[in-house]
Amino acid sequence: MPMPDSADNLIEVRDLSCHFFTEEGVVRSVDQSSFDLPRGKTLCIVGESGSGKSVTARALMGLTREPGKIVSGQMLYRPAPGVVPIDLAAERSGGQLYRSLRGAAFGMIFQEPMAALSPVHTIGTQLLEGVLTHEACSRAEARNRGIDALQRVGIPEPERRFDQYGFELSGGMRQRAMIAMALACRPALLIADEPTTALDVTTQANILDLIADLQAETGMTVMFITHDLGVVAEIADEVAVMYLGRVVERGDVDTIFHAPAHPYTEALLNAMPSVHARRGTRLPAIPGMVPHPFARPSGCGFHPRCHRFVDGLCNRREPEPVDLGAGHVARCLRLENSKDQKEAAE
Amino acid sequence: MSDTTHPPAAERRVDVAGQWTLMWWKFRRHKLALWSGVFVLFIYVIALFASFVAPKDPNAYAARYAYVPPMKVAFMDRDSEGNRTFGFHTHGWKVETDPLTLQKNFAPDPDVRIDLRFFAPAPEPYVLWGVLPMNRVLFGPADATQPFYPLGADRLGRDVYSRVIHGSQVSMTVGLVGVGISLVLGIVLGGISGYFGGWVDNIVQRSIEFLKSIPQIPLWMGLAAAIPAYWSPIAVYFMVTVILSLIGWTGLAREVRGRFLALKSEDFVTSARLDGCPELRIILRHMVPSFSSHIIATLTLAVPTMILAETALSFLGIGLRPPVVSWGVLMQEAQNVRTIATAPWLFAPGVAVVVTVLALNFFGDGLRDAADPYA
Amino acid sequence: MTPILSVRHLKKHYHLKKPSLFSAAQPSVKAVDDVSFDILEGETLSLVGESGCGKTSLGQTIMRVHAVTSGEVLYRMSDGREVDLAAASGKTLKAIHREVRMIFQDPNGSLNPRMNVRDIVGEPIRMAEGLSGRALDDRVSDLLGKVGLRPEYLTRYPHAFSGGERQRIGIARALALNPRLVVADEAVSALDVSIQAQTLNLLADLKEEFGLTFLFIAHDLSVVRHISDRVAVMYVGRMVELTETEALFTRPRHPYTEALLSAVPIPDPRMRSKRRRVRLPGEVASPINPPSGCAFHPRCRFASEICKIEAPQLRTVDGGLVACHHAEDLTLDGVDSLGVAAE
Repeated sequence: MPMPDSADNLIEVRDLSCHFFTEEGVVRSVDQSSFDLPRGKTLCIVGESGSGKSVTARALMGLTREPGKIVSGQMLYRPAPGVVPIDLAAERSGGQLYRSLRGAAFGMIFQEPMAALSPVHTIGTQLLEGVLTHEACSRAEARNRGIDALQRVGIPEPERRFDQYGFELSGGMRQRAMIAMALACRPALLIADEPTTALDVTTQANILDLIADLQAETGMTVMFITHDLGVVAEIADEVAVMYLGRVVERGDVDTIFHAPAHPYTEALLNAMPSVHARRGTRLPAIPGMVPHPFARPSGCGFHPRCHRFVDGLCNRREPEPVDLGAGHVARCLRLENSKDQKEAAE
Repeated sequence: MSDTTHPPAAERRVDVAGQWTLMWWKFRRHKLALWSGVFVLFIYVIALFASFVAPKDPNAYAARYAYVPPMKVAFMDRDSEGNRTFGFHTHGWKVETDPLTLQKNFAPDPDVRIDLRFFAPAPEPYVLWGVLPMNRVLFGPADATQPFYPLGADRLGRDVYSRVIHGSQVSMTVGLVGVGISLVLGIVLGGISGYFGGWVDNIVQRSIEFLKSIPQIPLWMGLAAAIPAYWSPIAVYFMVTVILSLIGWTGLAREVRGRFLALKSEDFVTSARLDGCPELRIILRHMVPSFSSHIIATLTLAVPTMILAETALSFLGIGLRPPVVSWGVLMQEAQNVRTIATAPWLFAPGVAVVVTVLALNFFGDGLRDAADPYA
Repeated sequence: MTPILSVRHLKKHYHLKKPSLFSAAQPSVKAVDDVSFDILEGETLSLVGESGCGKTSLGQTIMRVHAVTSGEVLYRMSDGREVDLAAASGKTLKAIHREVRMIFQDPNGSLNPRMNVRDIVGEPIRMAEGLSGRALDDRVSDLLGKVGLRPEYLTRYPHAFSGGERQRIGIARALALNPRLVVADEAVSALDVSIQAQTLNLLADLKEEFGLTFLFIAHDLSVVRHISDRVAVMYVGRMVELTETEALFTRPRHPYTEALLSAVPIPDPRMRSKRRRVRLPGEVASPINPPSGCAFHPRCRFASEICKIEAPQLRTVDGGLVACHHAEDLTLDGVDSLGVAAE
């Protein structure tokens, strides 16, 4: 694969495979996926449930859970432009490097802040834990920074909230507190795993604004995982679309929405009802269901549901990533073919 | 890419598998629990056939053989030319009385050979389960008049092995019957409490708290003291199980109540109500199957508690009394220093209790883990 | 068109425990507070609002999952009789529940994992018509076919199906007794985009085939615009606006509706810089202790003195119903002025 100038990527994921070895069999949750996280930009990973988007995020954070294992691939982390990258895939999740990265250089927020907030510690205690672990500063100083952090994420009365517990806050406030915790050490990378899925639209809008503002302020890189294409259109610079553990298409947000190359991306965009569409039109739904992980179709995983399915091609061979220029990459056999033909013609 | 680790046929089997099938599949992966279950079953079979499995009547005594140590049972023998041959036998003991301390010392006596056999004649003809007249036991001396003490004898020369086997009958069923009574009390009271809520719930819950706050042993003692001394051993036995289950139902009732409370707000229960199901059908068909497996697991874990309680009661002398043979009664006999020093084999019933309780606990744990195959 | 269901001054208050033994007042959650509206025969009326606004409570109260605190729910039966669902009991309630059915949000929680498809879908038929054996099997197979599942899935258990297929089973159960009115509580919210589209199409087809009326409870405005004839917006237990879908989305009359519309992400990155956003300050008010007057006033940029004192009633403005003191004076942005999507 031709490597473009990669000096400005905070993280490059190359052919990452993360498999789960369950008693029923091997689940290939993430399978030879590649994407880049450009420094200071927002990458959205979109996919339906079971597409492997959360597993990817956890792998990057070094939080792959048993019985999951990173079986191959690289996650190259470049702390500063131009330095020799570190391959995170080779690091142990409990190892020295990851322990110093998590909560410091890498922050993460989750879909359910209630599950991530401890019920027996105050917001403040949890907020300070990261600061006190990674930086040398006095308790008073840390407290001030914590209250600052709460203020920054738009929590009213931060001094009072600092001493409250997670369950005393509303859903939106909890998510704000989570973001404050993730940002307490000014991370270079914020991984957000469906942070607004459980929230109402008006709250979601506020949280998305907040993340964008904080990004503009700190210059952090954001990896945002969602299934909502509307949210993607609002915040993404780059997009990676996942299906059955594979990144089937990636590119900048405008290309993905206005010139998608993969039939799945295209179908997904069409299937979405819109507040702008008039009533009565039938939605062009994607037929069928996402296959069971143990019953993956042969060839291209999407072929049984694809409206551009070519018999004898799509069900035979697995597609390889095709570079369509300007960082736009799609995994579709039809593209491979047309490209081959083009090259042959030249 | 053919990643199909399951043949299609196997997948279809999962699709149509009901909860009990799924539970069984989950349970059998837990090997320790599986084997414990087999072992528990084995003990119950022994208890059922105790008169046949035990070579002797548990109350048959022979003063001559008081405190005889265990006799080693051998399957192989040497014939007159010194070749190994098959020969199921044991050896007797030589008894010497110390002239000073009058203590009896036993030494193996290679000259006294006692031939053993399977389906040996019983010392006395007996009637199995009150209906089947029998005159054979599983194994024993070929000549029923010869002594045979595989686990030694107690102070009256009774066979410890036979007594442990017979004791299992009472000890294992005290658990079952007690749990049975707790089950009825627990499900009825817990169900009422959880389903109706309100003041009914309040009364039941406060009673449970009251019962739980009474120190157990004094409560047992008080209740046991109320059993008239002239009652037959059977009546006493029944009263003991009632006493145990009167305390044992509380945990189960709470479990059932919790399940009812959780299920009441489940969408599928709401849906059943909207489908027009009468209350009783909602409870029996839509709610109870959701926790019956948990109840079974809880019950299995309650049986060892009951067994231990019986043992403890009898050991303290407030439960069953001789001539009833139970593990607790047997352990009462091992209640002095002399036993530890000279006749450690009298602890055999204790070993039986520990092994059985462990097996039941492993089995129950496995059941509990498998009880919710949808988790 | 005649109303199939008329809700009049419906209230559903949940009483909480007293905070202390000595406090005089018992606090209550006013989940549904004096709501009146009609559902017309054959229409799809959507109920939108944010979590805690009472839309689910309203649906459940109409279904009589919970007892009604006060008010009437007048349902016109297929034989023309009008019955008050709020006061119905026993046989009448059972008869109504044959005609008014419900689809639940969570396809996992609403199907009993211990029962197979035949028993789940067949339960209402068994209860209402006493069918069993082959006759029941045939009916259930037929229903499965209608919702796009294979008829031979009869003996399968819910765990054998994906989320979308489970929701279809739930739909089949709702259809089992040829209902007239279906209350769909967030019926597609838990589904993935591709499955959601299928399910919406299925509901549209079934509506046509069976002549159904839908009360569609949802929080996703894109879905609501797609399927509804009319939309009702709720805020803290009250209805703030109820009008034709087109009118609501293009010319909202209530500031809260405007804010809701403005918060919906637009799936077009080119619109990002162009749209004007209305961001609501603060949080949704608590239904235990709602603000005086109009519950929305602390967050409303148009709030005046009267809003703090007097609770606005639903009234007709431009053919739609709106509960806002300033409805006539406001020009609010609908989705189109927020930017017409490139289609």
